[in-house]
Amino acid sequence: MSNHSTAASPSTSIWGGDVSPFKVSWGKLYMWIFLVSDAFTFSSLLIAYGAMRHRFTDIWPLPNEVFTHFPFVHGHMPLAYVGLMTFILIMSSVTMVLAVDAGHKFQKKAVEKWLVLTIIGGFMFLGSQAWEWYHFIHGSEKGAYVLADGRFGRTDDLEPGVLKFRDGSKVEGAEATELIATSKKNIIGANLEENEYGNTPLFANFFFFITGFHGFHVFSGVMINIITLALVSSGFNERKKDYELVEKVGLYWHFVDLVWVFVFTFFYLV
Amino acid sequence: MSANHEQSHAVDHGHEGGLNTKMIWKVFWILLAVTIFEVAISFTGISKDVLLVTFVVLTIVKAYFIVGYFMHLKFEAVPMKWSLLLPFILIVYLIFIAIYEGTALGLTIY
Repeated sequence: MSNHSTAASPSTSIWGGDVSPFKVSWGKLYMWIFLVSDAFTFSSLLIAYGAMRHRFTDIWPLPNEVFTHFPFVHGHMPLAYVGLMTFILIMSSVTMVLAVDAGHKFQKKAVEKWLVLTIIGGFMFLGSQAWEWYHFIHGSEKGAYVLADGRFGRTDDLEPGVLKFRDGSKVEGAEATELIATSKKNIIGANLEENEYGNTPLFANFFFFITGFHGFHVFSGVMINIITLALVSSGFNERKKDYELVEKVGLYWHFVDLVWVFVFTFFYLV
Repeated sequence: MSANHEQSHAVDHGHEGGLNTKMIWKVFWILLAVTIFEVAISFTGISKDVLLVTFVVLTIVKAYFIVGYFMHLKFEAVPMKWSLLLPFILIVYLIFIAIYEGTALGLTIY
């Protein structure tokens, strides 16, 4: 958007001036630049997680022994719940892209419908995360024991009286009772100083920070979606003859989904 | 000013044809299938190293579909794609030095 006339361009090159090499509006480009910087923040967090996991590789908890709960199911269902959360978030990403698509066709009613579904999906994801945080903090019934010799033994609600160690070994019966009786400490659940999942506070610290930071992004996204829905309903975009607002908000929402794909892999799968 | 505005709009609408409703759902099914596949193979007895490589590759596949189709980057101008993607070379470098450093610290005897 230059102030002077664009009648004669002195250069035919796309970088010669008077044309946009990116062929997008400023608003979208700014959103992209913000998302790249935000991607760097999340990358740094996940890479820090990776570095510490390699540092404490022999005591780091195995994710599929930590996230084993599923609502209304008694027993071990590792990864099922986060798989469901991933599905919810991908689904809400699809409804968002359908809202953008409807915006291109200037179908106000359809944009509203898809935005409402996206918001519902966002709230479902936030609710799932709250449920997961509750179980992570609350932990199991008996928790873990720091034994007199410094070893770290976990109990299992489904196998009472058994102590399990990170290297896969088990102790049962009278021997386990003896070890528990002489143990130094019993840890139930998780907080920022200790957790029952492994003999390092870092695991819970990273869990709270990374999933919390992502959850806060989802929360912000839901709020921004609600504001967008209000603007669309008020006829703001109709009057402007432009649904680019939905597109920009959509970019942010897909980014949140993208980050979850990485969190899912590096926090829960590997 | 307004002429310019309309022009930029014409450009914007020019490459919207790249994504339609049918394609959106196709991408959804791809993402869903990859996620289910990832969860499924995590329970098999495949060695940890093979699983790690598989998960990383599949995550990049999912990222490609989300960024390329949902975020529309595949249909943007080439200079835009390069400007946004090239900085991530720094992330690749950071992964290398951070994991190397973390492993070295783990092997250090204090």
